[in-house]
Amino acid sequence: MNLIGRLFCSSVGKKLIMAATGLGLVLFVFGHMVGNLQVFLGPEAINRYAELLHFSPELLWVVRLGMLTLIGLHIWAAFQVSAENRVARPVGYDGSPAPVETTYASRTMLMSGLIVAAFVIYHLLHYTVRVEAINFTGRSFADLKELSEAGVERHDVFKMVILGFSKPLVSLFYVVGVGLLSLHLSHGLRAMFQSLGLLTHRCGPLIRKLAPVLAWVLFLGYVSIPLAVMLGFGKEALN
Amino acid sequence: MKVTLKVWRQQSPNSAGRFETYPTPDLNPNMSFLEMLDVVNDDLTRQGKEPIAFAHDCREGICGTCGLSINGRPHGEGRGTATCQLYMRHFTEGQTITIEPFRAGPFPVLQDLIVDRSAFDRIMQKGGFVSVRTGSCQDANALPVAKPAAELAMDAAACIGCGACVASCKNASAMLFVSAKVSQLGLLPQGQPERHRRVLAMVAQMDREGFGNCTVTGSCEEACPKNISLAFIARMNRDYAVALLKGE
Ligand code: HEM
Ligand code: FES
Repeated sequence: MNLIGRLFCSSVGKKLIMAATGLGLVLFVFGHMVGNLQVFLGPEAINRYAELLHFSPELLWVVRLGMLTLIGLHIWAAFQVSAENRVARPVGYDGSPAPVETTYASRTMLMSGLIVAAFVIYHLLHYTVRVEAINFTGRSFADLKELSEAGVERHDVFKMVILGFSKPLVSLFYVVGVGLLSLHLSHGLRAMFQSLGLLTHRCGPLIRKLAPVLAWVLFLGYVSIPLAVMLGFGKEALN
Repeated sequence: MKVTLKVWRQQSPNSAGRFETYPTPDLNPNMSFLEMLDVVNDDLTRQGKEPIAFAHDCREGICGTCGLSINGRPHGEGRGTATCQLYMRHFTEGQTITIEPFRAGPFPVLQDLIVDRSAFDRIMQKGGFVSVRTGSCQDANALPVAKPAAELAMDAAACIGCGACVASCKNASAMLFVSAKVSQLGLLPQGQPERHRRVLAMVAQMDREGFGNCTVTGSCEEACPKNISLAFIARMNRDYAVALLKGE
């Protein structure tokens, strides 16, 4: 049998797909977090950064389709693996005891992942597609414009973020979404290194300690933005 | 001491099973769990009832034949011990103990607490060996093996194939077993020529038998009577990835 057949049909192959796509997604979420944190450097920094990301529509779409492929493959493998796991034990134990030594995160990966997917769809409609009906501010995010130093009109991302997070329920949904992403990764990072064959006797102990730390960094990094806006950061931009 | 047993009884592979409750006769707390079952079976026989069928052989933790789920835990409480090494003193007077067979689709129940683990044998037949000329004996130190590799191979080889990893895993995955068997040979020079063919063939058979996938929950490591480490699964995953790329 060939490489593709083994990769997509075997148990270990599917875990490799899940881990490789997971790694791509993890690198993205860390990059995205660092990019977003520039909001704390003020309107100029974040708006210039957003302008930079949009400098080539062709390239932007290559990246977007790449991300879509990653998440598609990840979810496909997740469903395959979960379905196989369900049939592997037709008769369960008396009283369904919690399996020994498992964490809550490890038992709820499919659910946390699916809620994250729902959150990602909302997030894209909210800030990327800028659907007015779901931002609950009564204003169109697409119409928020400003002039750059060079005098070119560009999208005012700073104002959009401040406006978007000024709605407490929207901010709360972001906190929940990012919280579940971090829960997913508190187990997912460890599983990823295991599936990629890196959690060996030598590096295992270090990676095991590192995984929850990275998940926390992600959580705090992302949550700091809606939290700061709720506490009044950037209010003056709305006047 | 006396305890109450809630035991899975099943006549044959295809009949429906059910739990039966039995009060035990007076027990010595220093009996092993299997000795306790012997005493209960004597008692059942005297009452004209069918004794409880359970698998056992060495009764010293080295053969992997015994294997019961005790209160939902394969081999019961305690790390690094098989059912035959569990003693009644770990239970309390009057306690109700639930005893079930190892549960997994690829381990069908034969009778009562005995399951058919020949799926493991079929995995071994696909690659759990080295092909060598078995002629005259080789010089003792002709094949040098580094001490750390020898130690690690020995840790993997401690697996007795009892199936507790499968029984404890929420996915009924056999990855800990297969990875131990892949690694005990893959770590040694004798295992190198067939290293990649072996991992592909054994994983393929594991899948064919219907075991689940590893999701790194760590239950298996906890239940293993030989403390086989999850790190062997990582090692096998890496071997598998390399074998895929080499395209054996
Ligand atoms: C969008 C919906 C998602 C679903 C349904 C989903 C589902 C899953 C499932 C079921 C697993 C296997 C869990 C296990 O091995 O115990 C998993 C693993 C993982 N997920 Fe997700 N996930 C999703 C999104 C994400 C996202 C957005 C990321 C990263 C930012 C991510 C990163 C990972 C990583 C790193 C792993 C570990 C890979 C491995 O098991 O080797 N996932 N996911
Ligand atoms: S009877 Fe041999 S390991 Fe328990």
